Amino acid sequence: MTDAAGHGWAGRAGPSFPEAAKLALADSQLRHNLGHATHTIRAKRAEVVAELPDWEGLREAGRALKERVLRHLDEYLVELEASVRRAGGVVHWARDAAECNRIVADLVAAHGASEVVKSKSLTTEETKLNEALAERGITAWETDLAQLIIQLDHDVPSHILVPAIHKNRAQIRELFARTLPQAPADLSDDPRALAEAARLHLRKLFLDARVGISGVNFAVADTGTVSVVESEGNGRMCTTLPDVLISVMGIEKVIPAWEDLEVYLQLLPRSSTAERMNPYTSLWTGVTEGDGPQEFHLVLVDNGRTNVLAQQIGRQALNCIRCSACLNVCPVYARTGGHAYGSTYPGPIGAILTPMLSGMTEAGSLPYASSLCGACYEVCPVKIDIPRVLVDLRRQEVAHSTRAARVRGRLSPEHAAMRALGRVFSNRRLYEAAQRAGRLGQGPLVRDGMIRRLPGPLSGWTSMRDLTPLPRQTFRDWWRANRLAGESATPIRMRDRPGGDLAGGGRP
Amino acid sequence: MSAARDEILRRIRSALGDVPTGERPDDVPVSRDYQRQGELAGAPLIQRFADRLRDYDAEVRRASPGEVGAAVAAACVAMQCRSVAVPPALRSEWRPPGIRVIDDEGLTAHELDEIDGAVTGCASAIAETGTLIIDGQGESGRRILTLVPDHHICIVTADQIHGVVPEAVAGLGPAVRVQGAPVTLVSGPSASSDIELSRVEGVHGPRHLVVVIVAGPAAV
Repeated sequence: MTDAAGHGWAGRAGPSFPEAAKLALADSQLRHNLGHATHTIRAKRAEVVAELPDWEGLREAGRALKERVLRHLDEYLVELEASVRRAGGVVHWARDAAECNRIVADLVAAHGASEVVKSKSLTTEETKLNEALAERGITAWETDLAQLIIQLDHDVPSHILVPAIHKNRAQIRELFARTLPQAPADLSDDPRALAEAARLHLRKLFLDARVGISGVNFAVADTGTVSVVESEGNGRMCTTLPDVLISVMGIEKVIPAWEDLEVYLQLLPRSSTAERMNPYTSLWTGVTEGDGPQEFHLVLVDNGRTNVLAQQIGRQALNCIRCSACLNVCPVYARTGGHAYGSTYPGPIGAILTPMLSGMTEAGSLPYASSLCGACYEVCPVKIDIPRVLVDLRRQEVAHSTRAARVRGRLSPEHAAMRALGRVFSNRRLYEAAQRAGRLGQGPLVRDGMIRRLPGPLSGWTSMRDLTPLPRQTFRDWWRANRLAGESATPIRMRDRPGGDLAGGGRP
Repeated sequence: MSAARDEILRRIRSALGDVPTGERPDDVPVSRDYQRQGELAGAPLIQRFADRLRDYDAEVRRASPGEVGAAVAAACVAMQCRSVAVPPALRSEWRPPGIRVIDDEGLTAHELDEIDGAVTGCASAIAETGTLIIDGQGESGRRILTLVPDHHICIVTADQIHGVVPEAVAGLGPAVRVQGAPVTLVSGPSASSDIELSRVEGVHGPRHLVVVIVAGPAAV
């Protein structure tokens, strides 16, 4: 999957999720790499979260603080701007990706730099900053190990935390041997040797860098403090060594007060890398004479975030602190990987964030990229109710496509079937008549007590699972026979319960 | 520029039509139902800190107040660290005898790249997470000092160790608010898990982190 052009990022233009997922599922190397990685980190996370008896209290505080910020986002951004200015920084505002990229490129050009060092930033992935800088003759060097791997291979990230999770050591060794001039001829595929090759490649760039670009994990409104949370030290290099630092943040990254860091600096590392604390967290406040960059620019980016803010149920997606815990527990992500989502933000959070960022005009298949199992909500450190938002987005998507179908004057077979089902389910007589008809009609399909293959357009349902046939007696029939007729009611025990009431449950 | 600012603020206000006009930020309740003070003190607190540091592959050495310089020197020798840069404010009894000590009076990145290690104090520490906090003031030194050299030896006194994260964050408040101090939280040496989630140490920051905990015999 090295075709960057095929991936539409925040506003996707590539294939739909089901099409892309089918390709990903056929790649057994990808499935092996992903399965190993997601299961490893999942177990580690559970361990370090269990260590904290007050985890649920921290989650609730993390959620509530974000709610407070989002409901008063304009006030907090104005406060942040004033605090950063007071501390000697310059604040810029960008309505969209193009404006963000132009601001950054102008700043780099104004300092006459043709190269910049860059620490990992999802927001600049979203705006495609590197491509925009390249058009202005500026080379942006990615310095996070995984981002470097992605950049050297002209690939796209597939995970929020470990963007090269889909590649294994042999693939990375081959890439480094081919692309890094300093790589030794006998480079091994030991991760230590590979990391050393990357260190040698980047060291000189760091020491000579004049302009650094970073993302932002948290920005504190009352002090103007900006932070980068990381592991390798490349973030410290980018935010400490250059003369000029440009940090790019989505407008939702602001938090009210310095003390609120006590919540997020506990939630993020445990949820993300499954560590009690990540190796390095940098927190700088404007510029400090004689220490670090002497010029600091903070770029506040909207690029669709206000679309998300306008969604009353979906707004909570802006709570996201980009930990990636929801990716690692998701049964869909763990099999398809990130590329199938065709977005900067993959996994469950991407399935809700991407369509809302693009204003619901694209990415219509993403809200269906979920089994609604709820594992993502359970691990989310800021309590984003992803299943609830998914269902709301599906509702909007259906309303949108129904309206479009009406305009065309024709409903799709699925819409027609769902509408008919809706009528049946809302009327007792129709419902019971349908059950009777179903019991009669299913006869030829039942083999050894199971339905293994449904005909026609329904065959998709049974291609992956067997279906329990409708029981001879439904719950309603049983209730009438046992509870309404004779008043000699016996307590209902589970083993008396008949097979089922609805159209029969699926069996995996 | 200000057109973008006005437009974004306008979009935000229009997106928040459901928020009552009279609502203030503090009207949105935030419960602080989590631990804001640690439960450990004395020797068990120091022990927790040391255990958590070791968990992340930091080397821990203990010293009484009179032995710090010797403990730092021993760490340098063990790592074959022949020269160290130090913040000018570093007290003399913490400087390692027998090792070349260079005061950081504005050393450049290239100059620091030629020096084997850095010896600093810190602002505070967190036992629960095995974290050192350096704040650019006094004995913490400038950020670049503990970033470029391969080895970082950090000296922590027992009274600087907090139990949990909230205590340390609160403790930093004044330095950030008054001086705008640049703060770095360090938990173990630089590490990456980007290749098959296999942990590799020493990617860009210091490859080795040595922590010297200074405590009287009673606390050890």
